[in-house]
Amino acid sequence: MTPASAGVSGALEFTEQEQAFRAEARAWLAQHHPGRLPSMDTEEGARAHREWERTLANGRWSVVAWPAEFGGRDASLAEWVVFEEEYYRSGAPTRIAQNGISLLAPIVFAHGTPEQQQRILPAMAGGTEVWAQAWSEPEAGSDLAGIRSHAVRDDTRGGWVLNGQKIWSSRAPFADRGFGLFRTDPGAERHRGLTYFLFPLDASGITVRPIEQLDGNTGFAEIFVDDVFVPDSDVLGTVGDGWRVAMSTAGNERGLSLRAPGRFCAAAERLLDLWQERGAAAPHLRDRVADAWIGAEAYRYYTWGVVDRLQRGGDVGADGSVNKLFWSQLDVDLHETALDLLGPEAELCGRWTDDYLFSLGGPIYAGTNEIQRNIVAERLLGLPRGDNGRARR
Amino acid sequence: MKFSFDEEQHQFASALDDLLSDADVPAVTRAWISGDRSPGLELWERLAELGVAGLTVPEAAGGSGAGPVDLAVAAESLGRHCVPGPWIESVAVVPALLAGTPYEELLGGIAKGTARVTLAAPPVTPYAVDAEAATHVVLARDDGLATATPGPGHGSLDPSRTLHPVTAAEQPSPLPEDALECALDQGALACAAALVGSGDRMLALTTAYAGQRHQFGRAIGEYQAVKHELADVKVGLDFARPLVLGAARELAAGSPTARRTVSAAKVTASTAAHRAARTALQVHGAIGYTREHDLSLWLLRSRALIGAWGTPAHHRGRVLDDLTRT
Repeated sequence: MTPASAGVSGALEFTEQEQAFRAEARAWLAQHHPGRLPSMDTEEGARAHREWERTLANGRWSVVAWPAEFGGRDASLAEWVVFEEEYYRSGAPTRIAQNGISLLAPIVFAHGTPEQQQRILPAMAGGTEVWAQAWSEPEAGSDLAGIRSHAVRDDTRGGWVLNGQKIWSSRAPFADRGFGLFRTDPGAERHRGLTYFLFPLDASGITVRPIEQLDGNTGFAEIFVDDVFVPDSDVLGTVGDGWRVAMSTAGNERGLSLRAPGRFCAAAERLLDLWQERGAAAPHLRDRVADAWIGAEAYRYYTWGVVDRLQRGGDVGADGSVNKLFWSQLDVDLHETALDLLGPEAELCGRWTDDYLFSLGGPIYAGTNEIQRNIVAERLLGLPRGDNGRARR
Repeated sequence: MKFSFDEEQHQFASALDDLLSDADVPAVTRAWISGDRSPGLELWERLAELGVAGLTVPEAAGGSGAGPVDLAVAAESLGRHCVPGPWIESVAVVPALLAGTPYEELLGGIAKGTARVTLAAPPVTPYAVDAEAATHVVLARDDGLATATPGPGHGSLDPSRTLHPVTAAEQPSPLPEDALECALDQGALACAAALVGSGDRMLALTTAYAGQRHQFGRAIGEYQAVKHELADVKVGLDFARPLVLGAARELAAGSPTARRTVSAAKVTASTAAHRAARTALQVHGAIGYTREHDLSLWLLRSRALIGAWGTPAHHRGRVLDDLTRT
């Protein structure tokens, strides 16, 4: 059997450099990856995943697309996707550093001061500092602009005093620092008057209450913020410009970076193995197995199409929403199919149940699929906006 | 890494779209349906002048030998404009069968547009489409290729297509190894590309309609129930297109996985076009359920092409067979 992510397939013209990069990544991963670790959302698992991040960093594989001075390899976009293909193909664990790398780092590169870049990026790349996102609030989910947490100026100390409450903060129970938006102009409404802050999760005044997810692990948490002082050096971008700053990460999270094709191709390969083992007893599932594999293959070619377009100066923009709709549905369908193949044994805890429960979050996080469909319909198809997505007062 | 059309292919696509946009193809198709084939045959000649008919005919035989990627470009455009006639058969399938057979000299005529060849290739394609508009009818089977006699035509659910049972008129001449498979792959590829083009046009028609049609005091496209359906159509088509390109490029490169990628593309394009058609009909409402409205041309064509050159079930089977081959 040829793995879907085998690389040079005739349709994609990889350069010699890209092929050499693939070979080097493959060889290193085969030699170093620890296989499956306990969930990163447990204390034991978090420790093991941090250790793996340090191993990756020692081999300079933790942030291949970053500049060398921050721990990267200056890899091209194509090489980054090649790395991701090889990473998931090898069976290496999920990344505890993912949220920091894909959500925060692009903003630090774009809006951070040189001091912030030096302080934040190498520690993130080295796996010594793990970041948690703090976007949602109890009253601000899909409607993120409804943020109520706020910050008050403290000129004496040269910074801001934060108050409020964040929720569904992924990785927060075992992370070191958080990033999120707070309202710095109490008179401003909606998207205006917000500022992007960084804060330590062990600061006095921060209480992290872990929340047990569907899979039983504490993958996210509620963060209570009571009079937490944050110095000016931990404001990212301009005061009052937080919405615009944050939106560059939202685009990133929905786009290429969070869900590289390798993950789905590897899951489709495992589904095929399961089909070969169990398919004889469930021939009616044939079409769904085929569709899951075909979906992963479509995702792979779609991704390379996006890479090609970006290389030629295009951008992702609202196409990120098309992408998110596809992978999140594919992920659920693929894992539902696996459970159906497992029959009465599907409920036994294991890799498939873990990954299935993980997949169920996909259509919700990073902007629900309903929000994504509005974006596709309005920004890509040009349908009239109507009154959805607007505040009702 | 490179994965896109080159400059020449872009130019070819836009020349083709220009020609077809100016040709009032819906009127041509309606004439074709009513039995007047002359505007359709005239359009065939003009497409041949642009090089469409000879895309898979080798240069030595008078074609351009451009191959599967250009074929996909052309087929998407022909699907987008709902061009009538047996062009998948004559342009994508038949040329791959003729080399090394007694019918090889037909290749020149196909490329020039003077020969229009349709065929049956049972069991995948049991009927020859539009035999009365073809200059030649052939039958391709495991035991070889033969000229064929078409029986009386059956109506298709797509009124622009007529389906003919055929019988071999002579002893079949053996085909070179793999020729039939290769021809079927090219047919499936062209069909997949045409379905993407057809789906794309149905999405455009429906998006425009949803922006214009007002009910309860607002454009129906303002309602999320409508928006979300159309967004899903867009997602389906956007993910089918790169797979069609991938399949074309794999065929062109002789990749060992080309066959299953073609099948994956046909399945994905069928699903995407089917979704586009169902949504288009539902959003148009009663006017979409008429032959008066041009939507019916694409709606019915796409349903016919979903089952042509390998049903989705056939292609899903091919994908799994290939993946689980030991």
